[in-house]
Amino acid sequence: MEMPTPNPDVLRRKAVVLQRLLQVLPEDAVIHDPSETRVYECDALTAYKCPPMLAVLPSTTQEVSDVLRICNEEGVPVVPRGSGTSLAGGALPTADCVILGVARMNDVLETDYDNRYIRVQTGRTNLSVTGAVEEDDFFYAPDPSSQLACAIAGNIAMNSGGAHCLKYGVTTNNLLGVKMVLMDGSVVEIGGAHLDSSGLDLLGVICGSEGQLGVVTEATLRILRKPEGARPVLMGFDDNEVAGQCVSDIIKSGILPVAIEFMDTLCIKACENFAHAGYPDCTALLIVEVEGSEAEIDYQLSKIIEIAKRHNPVELRESQSAEESAKIWLGRKSAFGAMGQLNDYMCLDGTIPVSSLPEVLRRIGELSQDYGLPVGNVFHAGDGNMHPLILFDANKPGDLEKCEAFGADILKLCVDVGGCLTGEHGVGIEKRDLMSHQYKPADLEAQMAIKDVFDPNWLLNPAKVFPLDASAARRDAQIAAE
Amino acid sequence: MKPQTEAELAQMVAGLNEPVHIQGGGTRGVAGPEITIETSGLSGITLYEPGALTLVAQAGTPVAEIEAALDAEGQQLAFEPIDHRGLLGKSGTPTIGGVVAANISGPRRIQAGACRDFLLGVRYVDGMGQIVKNGGRVMKNVTGYDLVKLMAGSWGTLGVLTEVSLKVLPKPEASATLSVQAPDAAAGVQALSAALKSPYEVSGAAYDPDAGQALLRLEGFEASVTYRSDQLKSALSDYGDVAEITGSADIWTGLRDVSAFHNQNGDVWRISVKPTDGPDIAARVNADRLLFDWGGGLIWALVPEGTDLRARLGVFEGHASIVRAQADTVERLGRFHPEDTGIAALTNGIRQRFDPRGVFSPGLMG
Repeated sequence: MEMPTPNPDVLRRKAVVLQRLLQVLPEDAVIHDPSETRVYECDALTAYKCPPMLAVLPSTTQEVSDVLRICNEEGVPVVPRGSGTSLAGGALPTADCVILGVARMNDVLETDYDNRYIRVQTGRTNLSVTGAVEEDDFFYAPDPSSQLACAIAGNIAMNSGGAHCLKYGVTTNNLLGVKMVLMDGSVVEIGGAHLDSSGLDLLGVICGSEGQLGVVTEATLRILRKPEGARPVLMGFDDNEVAGQCVSDIIKSGILPVAIEFMDTLCIKACENFAHAGYPDCTALLIVEVEGSEAEIDYQLSKIIEIAKRHNPVELRESQSAEESAKIWLGRKSAFGAMGQLNDYMCLDGTIPVSSLPEVLRRIGELSQDYGLPVGNVFHAGDGNMHPLILFDANKPGDLEKCEAFGADILKLCVDVGGCLTGEHGVGIEKRDLMSHQYKPADLEAQMAIKDVFDPNWLLNPAKVFPLDASAARRDAQIAAE
Repeated sequence: MKPQTEAELAQMVAGLNEPVHIQGGGTRGVAGPEITIETSGLSGITLYEPGALTLVAQAGTPVAEIEAALDAEGQQLAFEPIDHRGLLGKSGTPTIGGVVAANISGPRRIQAGACRDFLLGVRYVDGMGQIVKNGGRVMKNVTGYDLVKLMAGSWGTLGVLTEVSLKVLPKPEASATLSVQAPDAAAGVQALSAALKSPYEVSGAAYDPDAGQALLRLEGFEASVTYRSDQLKSALSDYGDVAEITGSADIWTGLRDVSAFHNQNGDVWRISVKPTDGPDIAARVNADRLLFDWGGGLIWALVPEGTDLRARLGVFEGHASIVRAQADTVERLGRFHPEDTGIAALTNGIRQRFDPRGVFSPGLMG
């Protein structure tokens, strides 16, 4: 993956930049020793590594503002970082950048049940937002798999989803307001405890902008009352197409499950060996979860089971207890870990129209043969968000390149059937150069025009999201201006 | 001007040398430059997959046509778009492009989300006559910046929508409405908050001061609605006399379309606030009539013609917009809430880049 050449002028002025940052931050918030900056050399896309020039850990919005203002004045690129769990390389540094980590900003600022929101600093982890309100039976709905570690800042940057977004939506549907620092150090507040915007919906643009428009330091998030209960049913099929048809029939029946998860043979086996969840030996496995009171759950599951039976499942298991529910989910939730036991893997995130599921799975199988690399599929079937996991050996020369080419083919396939490159992980560097497969130059220009407004010097997380050649003129203009 | 294809529209816009007003059905009460680009020639549902909960339609497609197609499959636009015709005294045909351009959402907004939350993708022609696509037709999509949300509620000032794709949802099998007698707005909103804090999935929460009633809607499968309605009845008994209203669908259509204000003289304003702030903020307005939706967070106010409602409100957290008023009032006060300097700089910057020649209703939004 190509990254721009570090700006030698910036590297030369490291000491000056460091000095200026130390004037506005406590000493322990500025990391400059190469042995320590190495901690920030990558995120969860570990195939790519590059230590930053410096890293800073501000504790307040004011400190974030000071850092950005200084870096803007000095022409230093800034890469914002939540918890570094991006699978797309969203927080990958360049050698000439300052990493701005928000991990020290993790307070709950306000909890308001009457109005159903919580206001937090964005370094707070996703799960600990729910943790702050669960004693009172509330929760924060978006639930990315990395929710134990990932920060709200990163969730907002990537517009993160999760298994339960079929019912509750993704981050953008649960974000009510932000306090954000722009690259010039100015602070803007957008939205709040009230709904919708009178003017242009800037909140909607900021969410999912991959840390390229500003650094969000505070967020107002919608919290919901926990349902009375939830219970999954597990079903196994001998045929992917039949399983896909079953998903479509459930949705058409008028039931809206909170989650419909799909796993294929390779994943089922890997998860079973890893977590001993009691999964059947079959081609396709579905986990469908519904919520409500006991009686409501019974009613919905009976309808779902009735539909499933029409498709001749080889296994149909309704959870009978909390332990059984946990067991059914355990396998699914450990899918990435289980696949990691088999080999190195690359996790993709393309989304497809649900109706294309059988065709896409068949084509992925064919590509897997062509490339000679195994691939397991686990994904959110209700919304078509696929997660093909391509297995490869990082130590084997050429395997990573082969895997990336395979991955690119799968993502192009997703786009070609009417879907998109990424459903919840973001573009980062990983899918940056595939953007032109989904978008025409005018489409990309419109998006880059937004960055021009928020960050005219293109210093915030600059070499991400857009194909390097598409953004080159803008990034080079900044460098030439120095 | 009434283009029949997206390409024709693009050519038309590229050739413009004076400002235009973009119009779907012309039912939303927004005036603009004299020259109009009508989108009604770009009409028709282009794709509908009930099993994937997605529908794609050209922007000029009548809302009624979409609702009929969805209804045939037991589905609906869950954000419940308002029909403004009664309130504004209009007689046109509302289009889906108009709904999206105005980001119009009804009572279910508090539970299901706004129009923008259901908008999956757009195609539009920008101010230079370029065709731009953003988003798509799948429910989860974080590929690049989300201009879809930006286009929703941009009132045709950033581009002419040509196609929209929407997430749709199953139509509930049953619905019930509970009323809670509440002497004033404060008591009413308290009851609404209590209901919205419950696990019973309230899909409508309004307070009608004239009737002194808080109204709550429950939707879903028959048995589930019955269960939740019983639970909610007992949970709310501390807040006032609770009763179930039969034949309640019309009530919610009436609330959605603010039918209480139809054929009433005066200006209509719409104020969005933190729900529990609603009663105090509404009291400042000294309105002829009020109606609270969205758990108290959306205030509809009927005030004498020409009233500067924002002056009466003073400083508050939220925003107030004109929905119906004489042109001179709109001119004097501005339809949309004034933006803070920092925000205005960003929105102006965006407007300048999407429509550098200022051909799309300049000044409408700022």
